Amino acid sequence: MEVLQYEFIQNALITGILISIAAGVIGSLVVVNRITFITGGIAHSSYGGIGLAIYLGLPVLFGATVFAIITAIIIAILTLNNKKRIDSIIGIMWAFGMALGIIFVDLTPGYNVDLMSYLFGSIIAVSSADLYYMLFLDIFIISIVLIFYKEILAISYDSEFARLRGVNVKFFYTLILILVSLCVVAAIKAVGLILVIALLTIPTFVAEVFAKRLSTMMIISSFLAILFTILGLVFSYLYDISSGASIIITAVVFLIVVKLLKR
Amino acid sequence: MNIINVKNLFFKYSKINVLEDINLNIKEDDFLAIIGPNGGGKSTLLKLLLGLLKPQKGEINLTLKTDDIGYVPQNTNLNIDFPITALEVVLMGHIKKQKSLFGYSKADKLCAMNSLKQVGMDEFANSKIGDLSGGQRQRVFIARSLCANPKVILLDEPTANIDVKGQNDIYELLKELNKNICIVVVSHDISVLLNYAKNVAHINKNLVYHNIENLNKKIDNENEHMCEVELLAALGSSHNHSSCNHVH
Repeated sequence: MEVLQYEFIQNALITGILISIAAGVIGSLVVVNRITFITGGIAHSSYGGIGLAIYLGLPVLFGATVFAIITAIIIAILTLNNKKRIDSIIGIMWAFGMALGIIFVDLTPGYNVDLMSYLFGSIIAVSSADLYYMLFLDIFIISIVLIFYKEILAISYDSEFARLRGVNVKFFYTLILILVSLCVVAAIKAVGLILVIALLTIPTFVAEVFAKRLSTMMIISSFLAILFTILGLVFSYLYDISSGASIIITAVVFLIVVKLLKR
Repeated sequence: MNIINVKNLFFKYSKINVLEDINLNIKEDDFLAIIGPNGGGKSTLLKLLLGLLKPQKGEINLTLKTDDIGYVPQNTNLNIDFPITALEVVLMGHIKKQKSLFGYSKADKLCAMNSLKQVGMDEFANSKIGDLSGGQRQRVFIARSLCANPKVILLDEPTANIDVKGQNDIYELLKELNKNICIVVVSHDISVLLNYAKNVAHINKNLVYHNIENLNKKIDNENEHMCEVELLAALGSSHNHSSCNHVH
């Protein structure tokens, strides 16, 4: 237990808990709206924001946030207006964002920080400033979901009926994508851009087995995400393996066991 | 009194005419069946009445607010895995009524429970929507449309994918509701529907209107059995229908 005395371990655990709360709430929205691929697009293209922030000397998380929000709005507009080719368009934005990020990093003189940490996470290297930023994002995401819960539930379940009842479907769809982009950014430090999809979807897949309501699904998902993150961190420490990958493998094993038992 | 009045309405998707010169009056106590072949424009007309689509020519006059139109969509079997209870589905009908900061108010919930009671589904209020049968789910969707106290309910194929017993139950329910509310049903099951509807509109690009009482007299006079295919053909022609002449 003396390992808990190290500040970086404490920070890692707090990060894991903060991220897991957001991932449970947003992951539920991602799964019930079937926008996993869109989420992947937002996550990966936000790498462009990371590169741009490094190039301009801005705080990395801030750069990624702005870039991810812009991507989310663009994808929302494209999806709402042209559903036919949306999968190709997202695929293109996905690659374009990453390419942009790589080029900006190339152009930055003397830059040699480990890029891998943004792709696969580095929960052990979280600063206190990062923690406050994640706490702020958490509070923001949860407040918005609480305030607009009715509308978000309505457009997620039956957007046509919601529209007939006077709900601004376009606005709330865009809002959901913006929340997704914020959550993705918050999770970069913990599991990285590539693995964030797993943290968003796996707890929700498990929760789906038990949840009768969207709100219950969000709560169960958050607790499961916390469990996976902490267990993953423990395995990562015990066996000296990468924390992000360790968290995801823990989650996948848990998912398989639950789905098999439920048969 | 007419609550919906459609005049010389035309509608086309890209260049294909779906509806031509549609004229239709719907009275406040009507039970109107909209029938016709697939692709004949039934659902399109419903969407036009709801304002989800705009006509290219002609007009639709409503003597009621759009909030007074209840709607039960076609495929309620979609999204079955969604974590939502029957009560929450019904509450969607209330979404703009009252502004409360978090979730729905007590009054909203009470009203939603009443709607569920009206369709005989109150004991399933807290069941997950995916755990209900097709017929039960359809009742929940009818309850959702009742939630806003509509003057008319439009239903799109309410009995598709439901067993015969469930179908009759749904029509009995609609007949009961018709005591206070105008009912407009788009459907395929003509023979069942004709036992409940007061008027029939057959739509296949054009609209042919029948009053059920006159229609029944006419069929009785012919004194012959008609199968559904013939019935549909007969309803589609504005002239006297030909009698049975194909082999069963």
